[in-house]
Amino acid sequence: MIRFEQVSVTYGDASAPAVQGIDLTVPEGELCLLVGPSGVGKSTVLNAVCGLVPHFTGGTLRGRVTVDGRDTRTHKPRELADVVGTVGQDPLSHFVTDTVEDELAYGMESLGLAPDVMRRRVEETLDLLGLADLRDRALATLSGGQMQRVAIGSVLTTHPKVLVLDEPTSALDPAAAEEVLAVLQRLVHDLGTTVLMAEHRLERVVQYADQVILLPSPGAAPMMGDPAEIMAVSPVHPPVVALGRLADWSPLPLSVRDARRKAAPLRSRLEDITPPAADRAAPARPSATPSVVASGLGVRRGRADALHGVNLTLQPGETMALMGRNGAGKSTLLSTLVGMHEPSSGTVRVDGVTPHRTGPRTLLRHVGLVPQEPRDLLYADTVAAECTAADHDAGAPAGSCRDLVTRLLPDVPDSVHPRDLSEGQRLALALAVVLTARPPLLLLDEPTRGLDYAAKARLTEVLRGLAADGHAIVLATHDVELAAELAHRVVILADGEIVADGPTNEVVVSSPSFAPQVAKVLAPLPWLTVPQVAGALERTA
Amino acid sequence: MSTPRAPRAPRTPRAPRTPQATRANALHAGAWWLWALGLATAASRTTNPLLLGLLVGVAGYVVAARRTDAPWARSYGAFVRLGLVVIAIRLVFAFVLGSPIPGTHTLVTLPEVPLPDWAKGVRIGGRVTTEGMVFALYDGLKLATLLICVGAANALANPSRLLKSLPGALYEVGVAVVVAMTFAPNLVADVQRLRAARRLRGRPDRGFKALLQVGLPVLEGALERSVALAAAMDARGYGRTAQVPPAVRHTTSVLTLGGLLGVCAGTYGLLGDAGGGYGLPLLLAGLAAALAGLWLGGRRSVRSRYRPERWGVRAWLVAGSGIAVAALMIWANDHASAALHPPAVPLTSPVLPLWPAAAVLIGLLPGFVAPRPPDGGSGTRPGSGRSPGRTARLDPPGSLRPLDHPAPVGPPSPLNPLDPLDPGKKESSQ
Repeated sequence: MIRFEQVSVTYGDASAPAVQGIDLTVPEGELCLLVGPSGVGKSTVLNAVCGLVPHFTGGTLRGRVTVDGRDTRTHKPRELADVVGTVGQDPLSHFVTDTVEDELAYGMESLGLAPDVMRRRVEETLDLLGLADLRDRALATLSGGQMQRVAIGSVLTTHPKVLVLDEPTSALDPAAAEEVLAVLQRLVHDLGTTVLMAEHRLERVVQYADQVILLPSPGAAPMMGDPAEIMAVSPVHPPVVALGRLADWSPLPLSVRDARRKAAPLRSRLEDITPPAADRAAPARPSATPSVVASGLGVRRGRADALHGVNLTLQPGETMALMGRNGAGKSTLLSTLVGMHEPSSGTVRVDGVTPHRTGPRTLLRHVGLVPQEPRDLLYADTVAAECTAADHDAGAPAGSCRDLVTRLLPDVPDSVHPRDLSEGQRLALALAVVLTARPPLLLLDEPTRGLDYAAKARLTEVLRGLAADGHAIVLATHDVELAAELAHRVVILADGEIVADGPTNEVVVSSPSFAPQVAKVLAPLPWLTVPQVAGALERTA
Repeated sequence: MSTPRAPRAPRTPRAPRTPQATRANALHAGAWWLWALGLATAASRTTNPLLLGLLVGVAGYVVAARRTDAPWARSYGAFVRLGLVVIAIRLVFAFVLGSPIPGTHTLVTLPEVPLPDWAKGVRIGGRVTTEGMVFALYDGLKLATLLICVGAANALANPSRLLKSLPGALYEVGVAVVVAMTFAPNLVADVQRLRAARRLRGRPDRGFKALLQVGLPVLEGALERSVALAAAMDARGYGRTAQVPPAVRHTTSVLTLGGLLGVCAGTYGLLGDAGGGYGLPLLLAGLAAALAGLWLGGRRSVRSRYRPERWGVRAWLVAGSGIAVAALMIWANDHASAALHPPAVPLTSPVLPLWPAAAVLIGLLPGFVAPRPPDGGSGTRPGSGRSPGRTARLDPPGSLRPLDHPAPVGPPSPLNPLDPLDPGKKESSQ
């Protein structure tokens, strides 16, 4: 269905090609997963399929890409619209109209289909994706999972043979991600659609893939094959694969279900060992002022109660993960802690000050927030200028921000524009900017969005170090694996209220949506992460 | 006694029940605009504050009765506030700059700023009369009413639906306008987000300087978003064209260009003194040629239209009520001019002229004949309970089912895995 013949792509004035040596065929009706670390050109490969590379992005494409027999050199993206459906990372920038039904019809209108055909296909697609009751809703009022489903639906109505998806579940909570993946499964199984998808969160998708294409490093030729074989050598892999590699299971399990079947011996070996829970408890520092004290906290946004009766205490040195579905109030709680919202009831004190009554310059020394989009924090046009500005804002001695950047990101030159950094590098820069004022409380909103496993591991190391130095850390995240690695404590929000608050292993292990893969495989034993298991096995061996 | 009678069913109002608005019976956006423009025309023909107030009331009632909860429907409040600002500005100008209206009731006398000779006719400060202020108030009220009528149309009819009714040749321009309109709210959201982010850097988030400094990042973001949208639109087939024979293409160009030239020349002839004779025919011929060019140009576009709104009886009634209000008010202008324009000099209290007022009330008709929005507008409110999509949800193989084992030994977890995180309740309020 999709054929790459000796394809290489070179952008503008770049010295080396972004991708090269791609020579592969994706057969019809397969769900094919494209994996690799950040910056290896996954998006370039995807865009070459729908013709946006090179027609829209510029650059030189050597070799040949054909989709359903149509050569992308001679067909512009608009002429491939009836064969390839493309959904990018951000569904909001995909929408052209303003209601669900119009959006589903837009592609067909462009192709000039007859009105009765359009009507029938819209109804079918509404049912297929479970969108029937949302048909008249304005797109801006949908939740993240609903938006992603509408975006997929809007390209399905033209009955494309190929669906190209770039990180369809990265921004979604676990339940919404399942919703989207269920739809993709159905398309592949029932309609025979070929799906080519790139995704960082492999723990969510790898078990559904028929084939995996691995781009191991920039400029290296891709490997394609059976998911289990590729995962055995892949530098990026989900925890269940890491566990399988550790325990030498063969064939390598890709889903929790497969792993559980093989895990009985491992479970019995681990049965008598207590997980090193002691080092997960936060160091007790009773003398210090608590970093956060909220009692009966309520926040109203518009007519809705975004938070209601929240009681929370956080001690210095403690790391807390804040979880819950999209719209549960996680971001509202974080922004209340930095004084962006005034509580409608109750009180909140952060490191001894009341955030919404404290000026930004003072508050900076008490609490720092890295927002969901780290780019929002960066204004200057070079890394060096950004650091100078941060020193000035925080009143810190010159060079302190640059020192932090060097510690977090050893190989970033001063002259780079923050826009040209990778997601992980930009996050590290924003973190350094926030840390320049040495706030004892650090808040991170969705820090692992768009990070690959290596960048995530580096972030985990940095945050562990900060917690050991006595920083209190709050992470609002959908990433259960990150919470399991890092958090001493997990708080789950639903509809603006705290529904669970306790040590990570107690809260997370018992929850179907928030348990990390290792916990699911080894349940009922309370193990959370692969390094934990590895450590225990080493000691017993 | 006879057997007790069954309790009488609650009496249903005998008024004709209007159907609930759905996509199928949605009123044509053009009907709402004609109605609103009719009211606006009526407002432009009077300065009687009572009549103007009545017009605002009529528009407000219809908006309250028939608008949905969609984002574009919320713009009505903004237009009302804009109207109030217009009145305030008009009054302030009349107060400070004086007014050409002669008057005898002096309110205050401001110190007058001496101005050089060349600024004759301009006055700053001086005597402020009640008559001048009343005149300014009437004038401002008229402008505000016009704005509120436009706001009503904006709130009742989705502006992008109106653009969908454009002829095929103009479609691409229409899409550009729609996209531009959806960008405005996005820009506002961006500015708010970036100003909040300034606070995180320890810089003040209020004030003009803060707004200025987020300007560049906001523009960069908007540019990136438009490039992403352009890519998405291209990949979805925007701009596909049909093969048209060269002869047709050339005819289209000739007709369109010639038609426009004809319209220009005709208008010039009509307005000028010399060309009274050839003006009108030329204008009409030019118009016809331009329309033919547009129609022919539409053949280049392969687009089809999904569920266009139909112009039915209700649309006729809505549009007709607006036109009737305008026509009656223009007619009343000839017959009861004095009542429609209460004089500011001498100062008199305005009276409500009965027949024009009755004519204005015709404008209430859409409040009764237009399809009702869904109850409470809940269909479009974010977070209105459960996601219907969940009912059709599939459980993919290998989803979280295997974890259906009893809770692990240990202290009881405060989390009931099924209740608070019931995926059926996912769409919570934002």
